[in-house]
Amino acid sequence: MSAEAPGAAVTVPGRARRLGRETALCLVLSALAVLFALLVVGSGDYPMGLGKVINVILGGGEGLEGTIVFQWRAPRAVAALAFGAALGVAGAVFQSLTRNPLGSPDIIGFSTGAYTGALLALTLVGGSFLATSLGALAGGLATALTVYFLAWRRGSHGFRLILVGIGVSAMLAALNQWLVLRAEIEVAMAAAVWGAGTLNGVGWPVLIPALIAIVPVLGLTLAGGRNLGMLELGDDTATALGVRVEPARLVLIVLAVLLTSAATAVAGPIAFVALVAPQLAKRLNRAAGMRLAPAACMGALLLVASDLVAQRVFAPVQLPVGVVTVSIGGIYLIWLLSREGRAAKRA
Amino acid sequence: MASPTPVAANPENSQASGAMNAHAGMPPATGSTASAKNPGKPVRRLALLLCFGLLLGLLALFSLAVGSKHIELSVVIDALLQPNDSADHAIIRDSRLPRAILGVLAGSALGIAGALVQSMTRNALAEPGILGVNAGASLAIVIAVGTFGINGFNSYVWFAFGGAVLATGAVYLVGMAGARSSDPVRLVLAGVALGAVLSGIGTALALVHPSAFDQLRAWTIGSLEGRSGEVLVPLAAAVLVGFVLAAFTGRSLNALALGDDTALALGYKVGRARVLILLAVTVLAGAATAAVGAISFLGLMAPHLARRFSGPDARWMLAYTAVLAPVILLLADVLGRVIIPGELEAGVVCAFIGAPVLIVLARRKKPVAV
Repeated sequence: MSAEAPGAAVTVPGRARRLGRETALCLVLSALAVLFALLVVGSGDYPMGLGKVINVILGGGEGLEGTIVFQWRAPRAVAALAFGAALGVAGAVFQSLTRNPLGSPDIIGFSTGAYTGALLALTLVGGSFLATSLGALAGGLATALTVYFLAWRRGSHGFRLILVGIGVSAMLAALNQWLVLRAEIEVAMAAAVWGAGTLNGVGWPVLIPALIAIVPVLGLTLAGGRNLGMLELGDDTATALGVRVEPARLVLIVLAVLLTSAATAVAGPIAFVALVAPQLAKRLNRAAGMRLAPAACMGALLLVASDLVAQRVFAPVQLPVGVVTVSIGGIYLIWLLSREGRAAKRA
Repeated sequence: MASPTPVAANPENSQASGAMNAHAGMPPATGSTASAKNPGKPVRRLALLLCFGLLLGLLALFSLAVGSKHIELSVVIDALLQPNDSADHAIIRDSRLPRAILGVLAGSALGIAGALVQSMTRNALAEPGILGVNAGASLAIVIAVGTFGINGFNSYVWFAFGGAVLATGAVYLVGMAGARSSDPVRLVLAGVALGAVLSGIGTALALVHPSAFDQLRAWTIGSLEGRSGEVLVPLAAAVLVGFVLAAFTGRSLNALALGDDTALALGYKVGRARVLILLAVTVLAGAATAAVGAISFLGLMAPHLARRFSGPDARWMLAYTAVLAPVILLLADVLGRVIIPGELEAGVVCAFIGAPVLIVLARRKKPVAV
């Protein structure tokens, strides 16, 4: 397969045009994401213009400005870009595997489990940043494993995975609500901020381990996108095309869960990026299947833009970015949907 | 059904899903002939349905006896048949009977709403909250508490209902904007999108108003406790309207399961059916959610359980859901009163009863698709 694929891309003009559109889309989305990241770095109590930010990054600027840019603000912008891309790809993988626009790493309970872990860390051991992160990581991974093994019965039937995931998530969500209800109101509100997903206070010490996990996994997942396209054709067709269905699916699930867990451990379960970024990318790309690269770029753009809004709109009050991702992503999705509706009417 | 992929959960493959349902179940046009050929089946289904109905009745009776003060069943029956002014009878009349009725009404309303949404959108993940009901209601509560300083479930129940109705209406407008026939995928996405926007605004406002946050966390969890008997009459009216609408749309639901094109070809008015279903869902889910809180998981899992007994015919599935959902809710309420001192909210217990059932169902050999 791999030997003939590049040739096919050249000889079939439709495919070449489609890939051209996809590349252009990715470039535009990435450029916008980087622009927003620079704006994020420039905003705050010590505002800097775009030119100044670029100047400092390229090595100019005073000592203080260097510290502000590199130590204080850059981690946040980098985190937004990396986590957004990770969540976008993870969402695309799950929506493709489950063939459901509601599919996301959440359906196998990862985010809910992570929230449970973080809540337990916050309410029982008082919740330092590290304890919350570790609690989230442990809770999320334990939940994802539980769901996968409960759903395993001579193969991981996608529909079964969804149902088991919903069941386990529902129990944990009920437990979470109960923990929030029983906690002191201050603890509960701190938990709610974490539970919405926030980039406030992200620094290099926590970000670097997350990046070490995200960057290679992101590369592997993008490389595995080819299998994803074949799995979309159905298990039988994929088998006929030479894909070993179960291992391929398991690997993709593990990669997607790793991406989600790295982002969630640091920033909390940032809502909606995984759900909406693949849908937005798909609608802009107009490709038949789920494509990973546009979903990654869209996720990065969505999260970094949301973070800018979260910092600025009620400044100096810092909203959790998750509250903004749902609003921005939701409004954009509504706009796309209604535009599609009008186009359908005209046709 | 041996299909290795979750076709039914895939709205993009609605045609394939329709074909699968047609193969496994009975298409509506031949429904009567199929039952004529197989006369034992409807009788057995009806008998089983009546058994579940009996179970619900017994559970409701039992729920009158259990609580912080245990009351003998004989006294309970006495209180229902020949009420007097004794303390036990007063407890039953004023607090436990309204609570049991609330559980039955809200439970079946949520169940039916969930079943209708799942069938209409052909999506097994759909729940009553998906069309914006929960998000609309909770935003309205945050506004009621944060802005107008209203406190307590019984004061903001109308706010919650209004929020739910407005949100569903908006979802409908977005999801159907311009489309010739409403595409269920667009409807689901519109619901998710609008729900997300509303809940985002709601969360942001709640984080600014701690009192609203405090009320919201209690409401979200879902409980039958402390609800005033005054909500029963409007809730019963809403449930009645919803049931009648659901009964009218049963046949169209079977047709919609075959895909929009097939349903149109069979002569069903797809657009009108969807509007009626949506109306039913709005009334049922809106009223129940306003009354007991966001127990939308019940609406998600009860239809999956019902489908196990009813088979794929939407009309039987609706009937079974209407009985099984309140069984789960009442059971949750009764258990919640006894397993810990104080009370465990019905919404929590519901998830812990319903989820294992859902997991066991999912682990059966053949998952029954929507």
